[in-house]
Parts: sequence; structure tokens; C-alpha cells
Amino acid sequence: MVIAFFVDGIRYGLKGNSLFWIWILGLTTVALLGVNSYMGQLENGLIVTGMSDQVSWGIYISNFTYLVGVAAAAVMLVIPAYVFSRDDIQHVVLIGEGVAVAAVTMAMLFVIADLGQPIRMWHMLPVIGRFNLPQSLLAWDVLVLSGYLFLNITIPMYMLYQRYQGKEPDWRIYFPGVMLSIFWAISIHTVTAFLFSSNIARPFWHTAVLGPRFLASAFCSGPALIILALQILERLTLLKVRQSIYDSLAVITTTALQITLFLIGVEFFTEFYASTEHTLSAQFLFFGLGGNNTLVPWIWTSIGLNTIAVVILTLHPLRRQRKLLNIALPMLIVGVWIDKGMGLIIPGFIPTTMGEVFQYEPTATEIQVSLGITAVGLLIFTLAAKIGIAIEMGVVNSAGREQGLTHR
Amino acid sequence: MSGPTGDTGHPGKGWSRRKVLERGALAGLMGGMLAAGSALAQKVADKIGGPTAPDPRSHSLEGAFQEHYQRMSPAEVKEAIGRIQREAKRRYGVDLNVETTPPQENVVFGYALNISKCKGVRKCVEACVKENNTSRDSQIQFIRVLEMDSGGLNLHQANQYYDAEEVPRQGKFYLPMQCMQCDNPPCVKACPVEATWAEPDGMVVVDYEWCIGCRYCMAACPYWARRFNWMDPTLPTEEITTDTHYLGNRPRRRGVVEKCTFCIQRTRKGRLPACLEACPTGARIFGNLLDPDSDIRYVLENKTVFRLKEDLGTQPKFWYFTD
Repeated sequence: MVIAFFVDGIRYGLKGNSLFWIWILGLTTVALLGVNSYMGQLENGLIVTGMSDQVSWGIYISNFTYLVGVAAAAVMLVIPAYVFSRDDIQHVVLIGEGVAVAAVTMAMLFVIADLGQPIRMWHMLPVIGRFNLPQSLLAWDVLVLSGYLFLNITIPMYMLYQRYQGKEPDWRIYFPGVMLSIFWAISIHTVTAFLFSSNIARPFWHTAVLGPRFLASAFCSGPALIILALQILERLTLLKVRQSIYDSLAVITTTALQITLFLIGVEFFTEFYASTEHTLSAQFLFFGLGGNNTLVPWIWTSIGLNTIAVVILTLHPLRRQRKLLNIALPMLIVGVWIDKGMGLIIPGFIPTTMGEVFQYEPTATEIQVSLGITAVGLLIFTLAAKIGIAIEMGVVNSAGREQGLTHR
Repeated sequence: MSGPTGDTGHPGKGWSRRKVLERGALAGLMGGMLAAGSALAQKVADKIGGPTAPDPRSHSLEGAFQEHYQRMSPAEVKEAIGRIQREAKRRYGVDLNVETTPPQENVVFGYALNISKCKGVRKCVEACVKENNTSRDSQIQFIRVLEMDSGGLNLHQANQYYDAEEVPRQGKFYLPMQCMQCDNPPCVKACPVEATWAEPDGMVVVDYEWCIGCRYCMAACPYWARRFNWMDPTLPTEEITTDTHYLGNRPRRRGVVEKCTFCIQRTRKGRLPACLEACPTGARIFGNLLDPDSDIRYVLENKTVFRLKEDLGTQPKFWYFTD
């Protein structure tokens, strides 16, 4: 039965019209180009990136940070669905979990892409490896991300398997897992914030507000992505999404974006009211430092996008217009990506702990590898959503198999 | 992502022109994928059937499953040293002596630097590069000498790229920085796999065969003391220091972090660090902090000393003082 479940699922996942295959093959091409670039990186070393001893993390770790947030945001569907028993949202919780699985996988791939000795990843395995717990926040992060991936694969898998057999999922089995995954989601992004804020060497990161800021920006960019995904899935699959779900998610996005902007303002005030040497990183980010202005246009673009988005989202008559909503959401997705990606990582290294102002710009390799990993994430989400929705809607089930209807 | 065609009533069905376009795009994508795939296959093939001539690359798979240094048996250490020696022979054509001299009892090393005497000639840097076999092409240097404006200690106004031919310059003083071998090292805390640790005699060392190259330690260090091998390290054969320590100056490979170890290969055998021996002004003082009669203890007890970024609680074992 279990084998039939997987076989039927995969079989359904690989059926589709030309549009579907254009999408899949397009993503595969981008992914392969990414693999190709990564092979070049393996061949020549990380010298092919824009990173240096001065700026020792770049766009890989930036994307990792952003994606952990997207992954954590699945909880914004899980909480209303199971804590507040919103039946309508329970219906689409699967999509949130699909986003989480794709985002965690991408986050992990970005860390792997950043490693100088990826072949030694086994050093992090239990028993044969050596894990620096409880000291290293990076060890914690690997631990919580793996656990989160596990939870977000097993819980939906159980639900879908029950659905496939035409049974009701037993809440005594899934509910503890769901509760655990809520706390786990908060933990992955808190730990990722601690990864940075625990650094006494980097004043720009060493702030208690980083954790709250990470969660707030995650809970606006994640649900924003989910709203967009739901609209696309509604058009392309049998999924039906009630207006009430969009309304709830849009309100969550709005509130989280408001809090995000408030927290950025708090940081801005604290940094600049009494400028100390520790302000130099923020100075570099917002206004440029020592002739290095690389991030200035980016961060102001981010602030501009987020500001316009928050205005549209905050005013009910504007937010309720689907067209305007669909303009605001991509704006804040890009805005947050800049703000907590490169806008957070790079200034941590500029100036260096020795006071040097150094340049960092991602190279073509880094961009291609990043695009490749993004394509892998989209592939995972596409297939997971396609198969998941079909099983959830009863299109693929064990009865259908017995009656020979799977090939309809 | 559409449902199975045929029963969804998809509006595109039967619109032949669109179908043709779609099929065309599909064919194009397949072509693109094939091209990308074959480029990839070529790369893999090159890797497998690659050149058999002497290979300057440092990423051989030999020893890929080597155990952590602190968990290796004496026999395994011997094997590991054998691999290091073979690789040194292959890459540089030298016979390497790799020792594992253990820490001495009742010894904790400390360093002090007299900034009134330092004139910024960078002889310490040169000696360090040679002694520690740091990569020449990527210009890895463990010691950075900062040219500072007199009248303050503002690192952000320092210049690391001054011309050593023109020193000392008016209105400047010189502040060499290297690993401070902190007693409370943030880098050690950061490492996810315990590839770096503080030895009993105070040196913070790296197991180059265990480091995964995540560079979290570099983010954690407040003194910019750690270096990463972004590319295959290069060393001129005739300049290689062949007396090495496993945790010290033996040649490294690409993709791992390295750092100053107070010349562990020398100091554990009673010699002085290379940077100290090279200093023409006698600005550097090194010794055993636990020995009341050592030079370093004299400096700490009789001079006004300070440490960099002491407020961070890192407890550096590297002091500065003036005459």
C-alpha cells in the first residue's frame, strides 16, 4: 500500500501538459546550469566567488538567512489552522508545508554551496562526526533545520497517506507533531538570528532586536509568497482557495511588515542618534563609507519597496483589491530579501574587525549557483504541490488504483 | 501543473497555433538542457580521466575519511603524517618532517609587543610567511601591521597597506596584530565541528583535515586573525620550511581555515617564534606566563600594558606596552 502510494503520487507528478513540461524543463535547465557553475567552484575553490578574508560570507549565506525565514513562515498557516481551528485554512496547510520543505532544502543547499570542504559534511553526523553542542550556533542551526525538514515531510506525508486510503487522519497522531512544528518553526529562525547576534566581533549583528526582526520579516515575506503561490495553484490545479484565507494571510503579512519596518526604525535610531564606531557598518549600508557605496542603492530600494507595500497593505480598501495586493506582495518579498539578505550579512563584515573597508560583489558563479538552487526549490515545490493537491482532493487514491482509474 | 489533459476542459485545448508555440518552446528547452547536460558530462569526464602529470592541486580524496586529530590513535596519526608527506612530495617535491610535539607541563605561552619600539618594517610578516608556509599567490599573512595615527587607538583610521620602505612616518605609530590566542576564544565556540580548539599551553589550533570550511570562526574573531584558503595554496619549493608541526606550519590545502599558532612547531621545542627572531628593533617579548622569571612576566609586572578590545571578554594572551 505504501509503495502504491508513492508510485501513484510520482506517476501523477510526472503527468502534465506542455505548459507543465516547459516549466519543469526550464527549471531543470537553470538547475543544471547552477550545477555546472558549482562544478567550476569545486574545481577552482571559492576563489571564483567575490568573497575574501575581509568579507568572508556573501550572497550564499544571505540567501540562506532569507530562506530560513520563508520556511518558518509556514507556521502562519499551521497556527490558525490547528490552534484556532480554522477549517478553511486546514484545507491549504499542505501548501505552507510544501513551501517549508522547499525553503529548508534551499537554505541547506546554500550552506553546502558555501563550504570550502563540502566532502567533509559527514563531520556533522552524530557518532562518526563531532558536533560542537551546545556551544556552536551553527551546529544548533544544522540540528533545528534538519528537524524542521523532517517534521514538514513526515506530517504531511502521514496526512496524505491517510487521505490516499480514504481514511480520516487520526488527530492523536498528527496533533502532537503539528504542535511541535509550531515551536520548531519559531526556533529555526530564532537560532538563525542568534547565529549572527551572538557575535561579539560584529557590532552590526550584535543586537537583541535581531531575533524579533528576523521573525517579523519572515512572517511578512513568507505568507506573501504563500498568497502568490495559492493564486497560481488555484488557476492551474483543482485547488479551491476561499477568500477568507487570502484575507487572513494578507492581514498577517500586513501586521508583520508594519512590525518589521518599526524594528528597522528602532535600529536606525539606536545606530545613528549617538554615532559610535559601531555605527560604521550601518553608515556603510545606508550612506556609504570610505567611498564604498555598493549597498546604498539596494537598501534604499528595499526601504522604498517596503514603504509602498506597507501603505497599500495597511489601507483596507487598497489591500482588498486583488490587483493592488498582487503589486504590494512582490514588492515586500524583494524588499525583505534585500534587507535581511545582503543588507544584513555584508555590513557585518564592513568595516572589518580591523577597521578595513573592503568591497564585495557576487560573481557570475555565485549568481548562477543561487539561481540553480532557487530552481531546485521551485521544482520541489511544484511537484510537492501538484501531487499533494491531487491526493488531498481525492484525484489520486487507492480506490482509484483498484478500479484502474489512475490513468484517466 | 495543470490537471491531466483531456478532462479539465482547459481552454488552450485545440488551439493549434499555441500548441505549436508550446511545443517549440519545449523543444528549445530540451535542447538547452541537453547542452547544459553535455557540458556537465564533459566536466565530469575531465575530472575522472584527468591529467596524470604532477598535479599541483590540493584536493586529493586521499584521507577523506580521516578521524579528528584528538581522536586518532598513534598508528592513525602516523598514517595521516604519511599522507601529508606524500602529498608534500607530490606537490612541492620536498621531504617534510611532520612532528606532533605535545604541550609541556606548566607552560602557557604569552606574547607582548612594545609599540614604542615597533617601526613598521614588516620583517615579522616576511619571517612568518616563510616559517609558516603560508600561500604565496593568495598572499596569506597571519600578521598585519597597522599604521596608526598618533594620539589615538582608532583601528578604523589605520592603514595596513603603507609602504614599508618609508617607515617610520611622522605622526604615525605601528601596531602589529596577529592571533591573540584568546583564553576565551569566540572562534572555538563558533566552530560547528570542533575543528579548532585551545591547546593546554594556550595556542588556538586548527585540525586542517577536519575543518569543513564554513568560515563561521572568521565571522566570530574580533581580531581578524583567521585566514581561509580560497584557492590551492602555492609555495616555492626552495622556500618551504620542512620542519613542521601537525597543528602548525605543515602545508595546508584549499578550502580550510588557518591561523597563527605562536609558531607551535618552534615554541614547543623551546625556540622563539619566527616573528620575534626577525624583529630588528626588539619590540617582541615571548615566554611562559607560568614562569615567574620569564621576560613576559617581567613585562606584565613592570610595564603599563593593555590588550586590544579587552571589553569583549576574550582574554587575549597578547599584550601591548610602551617604554
